[in-house]
Amino acid sequence: MKPFAYHQPHQIPDAARLLTSVADSKLVAGGMTLIPTLKQRLASPPALVDLSRLGSLKGITDDGTTITIGAMTPHAVVAASKVVLTRIPGLAALASMIGDPAVRSRGTIGGSVANNDPAADYPAGVLGLGATIVTNTREIAADKFFLGLFETALEPGEIITAIRFPVPLKAGYAKFKAPASRYALVGVFVAKFAGGVRVAVTGAGPGVFRVPPMEEALSENFDPSAIAAIRIDAEGLTSDIHAEADYRAHLVTVMAKRAVDAALG
Amino acid sequence: MGNVIGIGAAPKRKEDQRFLTGRGNYVSDIKRPGMTAGVFVRSPHGHAVLRGIDKTAALALPGVIAVLTGDDVKADGLGSLPCGWGISDAKGVPMKEPPFPMLAQGKVRFVGDMVAFVIAETPEQAEAAAELLAVDYEVLPSVVGVLEAVRPGAPQLFDDVPNNICCDWELGDKAAVETAFRKAAHVAKLSLVNNRLIGNPMEPRAAIAEYEPGTDRFTLWTTSQFPHVVRFLMGALVLNIPQHKLRVVAPDVGGGFGVKQFHYGEEAVITWAAKRVKRPVKWVASRSEGYVSDRHGRDHVTEAELALDETGKFLAFRVNTLANMGGYLSTFGPNIPTNLYAPLLGGVYTTPAIYCNVKVVFTNTVPVDAYRGAGRPEATFVLERMVDVAASEMGIDRVEIRRRNMIPKEAYPYQTPVLVQYDSGDPMGCLDGALVAADVKNFGIRKAASASKGKFRGLGYSTYVEACGLAPSRFAGRLGARGGLYESATVRVHPTGQVTVMIGTHNHGQGHETTFAQIVSEKLGVAFENVDIVFGDTDRVQFGMGTYGSRSLVVGGAALSKATDKVIVKGKKIAAHLLEAAEVDIQFEAGKFSVAGTDRVKTFEEIAGAAYVPHNYPLEVLEPGLEEQAYYDPVNFTYPGGCHIAEVEVDPETGTVTLVNYTAVDDVGTVINPMIVEGQLHGGIVQGVGQALFENAVYDEGSGQLLSGSLMDYCMPRADHMPMMKVATHSTLCTHTPMGVKGCGEVGTIGSPAAVINAVVDALSHLGVTHVDMPATPNRIWRLLQNASLPVAAE
Ligand SMILES: Cc1cc2nc3c(=O)[nH]c(=O)nc-3n(C[C@H](O)[C@H](O)[C@H](O)COP(=O)(O)OP(=O)(O)OC[C@H]3O[C@@H](n4cnc5c(N)ncnc54)[C@H](O)[C@@H]3O)c2cc1C
Repeated sequence: MKPFAYHQPHQIPDAARLLTSVADSKLVAGGMTLIPTLKQRLASPPALVDLSRLGSLKGITDDGTTITIGAMTPHAVVAASKVVLTRIPGLAALASMIGDPAVRSRGTIGGSVANNDPAADYPAGVLGLGATIVTNTREIAADKFFLGLFETALEPGEIITAIRFPVPLKAGYAKFKAPASRYALVGVFVAKFAGGVRVAVTGAGPGVFRVPPMEEALSENFDPSAIAAIRIDAEGLTSDIHAEADYRAHLVTVMAKRAVDAALG
Repeated sequence: MGNVIGIGAAPKRKEDQRFLTGRGNYVSDIKRPGMTAGVFVRSPHGHAVLRGIDKTAALALPGVIAVLTGDDVKADGLGSLPCGWGISDAKGVPMKEPPFPMLAQGKVRFVGDMVAFVIAETPEQAEAAAELLAVDYEVLPSVVGVLEAVRPGAPQLFDDVPNNICCDWELGDKAAVETAFRKAAHVAKLSLVNNRLIGNPMEPRAAIAEYEPGTDRFTLWTTSQFPHVVRFLMGALVLNIPQHKLRVVAPDVGGGFGVKQFHYGEEAVITWAAKRVKRPVKWVASRSEGYVSDRHGRDHVTEAELALDETGKFLAFRVNTLANMGGYLSTFGPNIPTNLYAPLLGGVYTTPAIYCNVKVVFTNTVPVDAYRGAGRPEATFVLERMVDVAASEMGIDRVEIRRRNMIPKEAYPYQTPVLVQYDSGDPMGCLDGALVAADVKNFGIRKAASASKGKFRGLGYSTYVEACGLAPSRFAGRLGARGGLYESATVRVHPTGQVTVMIGTHNHGQGHETTFAQIVSEKLGVAFENVDIVFGDTDRVQFGMGTYGSRSLVVGGAALSKATDKVIVKGKKIAAHLLEAAEVDIQFEAGKFSVAGTDRVKTFEEIAGAAYVPHNYPLEVLEPGLEEQAYYDPVNFTYPGGCHIAEVEVDPETGTVTLVNYTAVDDVGTVINPMIVEGQLHGGIVQGVGQALFENAVYDEGSGQLLSGSLMDYCMPRADHMPMMKVATHSTLCTHTPMGVKGCGEVGTIGSPAAVINAVVDALSHLGVTHVDMPATPNRIWRLLQNASLPVAAE
């Protein structure tokens, strides 16, 4: 690790100012992703701006139609939240499947979404539920937020403050864990709203994506059998030492069926 | 006064007090005054010419003390890292043994090969300087697989090692095997890969070296399983340091599994550097660094053929293996796929003729050496897969074909056609015990239950025998060992009767401090808590070969037992004097010396006191003091064996294999501490399951990059992969070790891979699947099912 300055602001505007005042400064949330990259000297920001003292970034609220989760809320809190467990149990289940207890206690929803790891779980939940990413300057729809491999719509200096989830009629997540990392080799989130079904896939490709044929079929008939015959094209999916692209494509269908099963309870 | 806790008891482990309370003393915990930090610069290329190294920018950074390279090693006239075994081909031509410089010279041969050592005031400064070191590489194509390495036109690692073949080795009667194959009613064939593994001990390797100019002495603290051997190899053969001027300390070590039983270049470089910079130097490997520098294990490609008569009796077994050595010969490297492999191909069977050819091959990968089991899991895997293939082809039940070929209990001692003579064993007893414990008779019900959920269930058997307790020196010498393989122990009885044992084995998780204390407690009648075991310091322990090859109890424990016997002999002499009786009339039992048939008694403490305060003592014929030493060199290996049964469930939708039941019945001879034995079996089985289902070191052909270079990509087995295991012992006593012990450190790793893979194949056999390579990952199983000859559906 190379030396860096360390700031712990108490107000969002201070955080934003500190972040932009020295080029290449980085926000640190749970540090579960950032700190290992610093230790391996893959990144060497001149300053870290710690978000942990920004009280307004923590907590979970329910306004009747949407659930808002503060960016600094750790995965374990989401997984155990009464609000999430009763209103969007599929999202609580997703949070409970991330990493291990230590990672879930430190890692945050904001950090995970900002990082947009192609095998991370939250992007599937956020895109699958059509959530809104709230930042210190604007609101961004999930469909416009995830731009591919570790790429997001966030501008330099922009801070995610919360994620706002519309409450679905039903939702479920199914994750096939990569054997070693236990990130998603393929993870599928399905959500049923009055207006139709959304299906979002993580792990399979260079970034989270939706599957319109499955969404149409499930909007017609929200049952695993409706999508059993839908095959995903392996073209463009990831091939690595753990899984070849055609196997990942196959798993998308299997996991989508299991996600529907989970949503049906 | 505490209690005697003897052989067969299961006290909590003495060492756990300090480990569980965070008071262990590992190398990285040690700080020396004036200590500097060292970082190794490693090759990012699998194969390259080293054209030059420019140190200027690195040396200019603040805090940087020195940058050492292969040229400095050469200028100081230092030796190359020695190989402890020299094998020869069928004509007696010795293996090719190219030098293994401690810092690369002229060429780098694997990703991770060391090119420089940077020393600075702090680790951060050393890392910054390491990044600035300008190394000029001319990158060459790499070759990482054994099949590719021996092909004409393959990249050549060494100018004088044609086709990268280090040695074309063989064992067995080739002609007898050919004759038997001609007469066979059936010949079964099998091609397989034994996947490459990375040991991953919990504690990464680390070292600190210090030089004291006043005494001209060096001290090296290192994460080693055998400090005396490091002292010998490094002092005598690499750095030219006289043995009495070199102290090697291996304090608490956080797991080894073989990874730490080699003399590594890092140890030599850091010791040499400490004198050059006149300050202590410390190096602690990162996990990532361990992946590209800890010696790897296994990595075979094998073709095997079994000849059988019409009743399924094995007539002959022929095995041709290509074994990967990596870029250089490590300490035991060439011994593992040869001497520790081919002699075990007889297994527990009466196969009369066996021939094995092993081509030992260099590739652009981390050097390969011993990893828990070392050679014996590879042999067991080939044999036990082969037996299943033959049974299935001949339509004979898998248990039945094993029974028909097993060595009966009465036939021991049993001479195999491949050098080794098993002293004792009861494979049929282990098999019968395992069949019951695994509830094999109700397997059909469980299989049907799985099928009703759309899952395929399979059952797999593996029997095994292994050669433990490395090793009889004379035998090893004939096979090419360049050192002895005995063990030593000193039993020091203090004037107050407590005991300190100095032993040459090394405890890094095995529970020696407990097991050895039980032996002393039992034999001397001393309270368990009054016995301490000292190991891992060449200044405190007389000598030793260390811990590996399931040898600590078998060889070290035997030395300890003998030294303890000597204490009793001397104690009887002292007692005879004090009790005014003849020595032959003195009995020793439960910590008391007595005159036979009388109530005249001296306690062990009284005798110890008399030995150190010899006022009333036979000084004319007996020296004062009560301290005895023994060296023990075994007459044979020990041969633990057993039967493992695995039960798996395969999800055909995803290809996931779940291990649902595991049963092991092992013959490990006398059990000193059943809890520790059970722990060793559990750990060994989990590592074998890791090989069968999860672990795989993968290199990129061409670039030589390690693709599985972190825990994110190298899958270790985890607690939730394992069912509750049923382990039991079915022991026959070793006929030649003092306590009848056989060793148990590696058995779990040896029996399990074949049991698991045989179960996976069984689960898929209705689809025409006849073999599955390790690891049986979901992707691999799914691919097999895609290509299977029958439609995929639960039966
Ligand atoms: C062993 C291990 C296993 C894991 N397994 C999984 C898994 O199974 N599934 C999974 O999804 N994830 C997994 N993770 C990742 C984990 O969920 C991380 O917590 C997450 O990716 C990052 O969250 P963090 O709070 O730790 O962010 P940090 O590491 O602190 O930050 C990550 C990045 O996001 C930026 N950032 C953080 N907060 C904000 C914000 N509010 N606004 C803008 N930018 C921000 C940071 O600047 C940084 O670039 C694992 C991690 C580890 C170490």
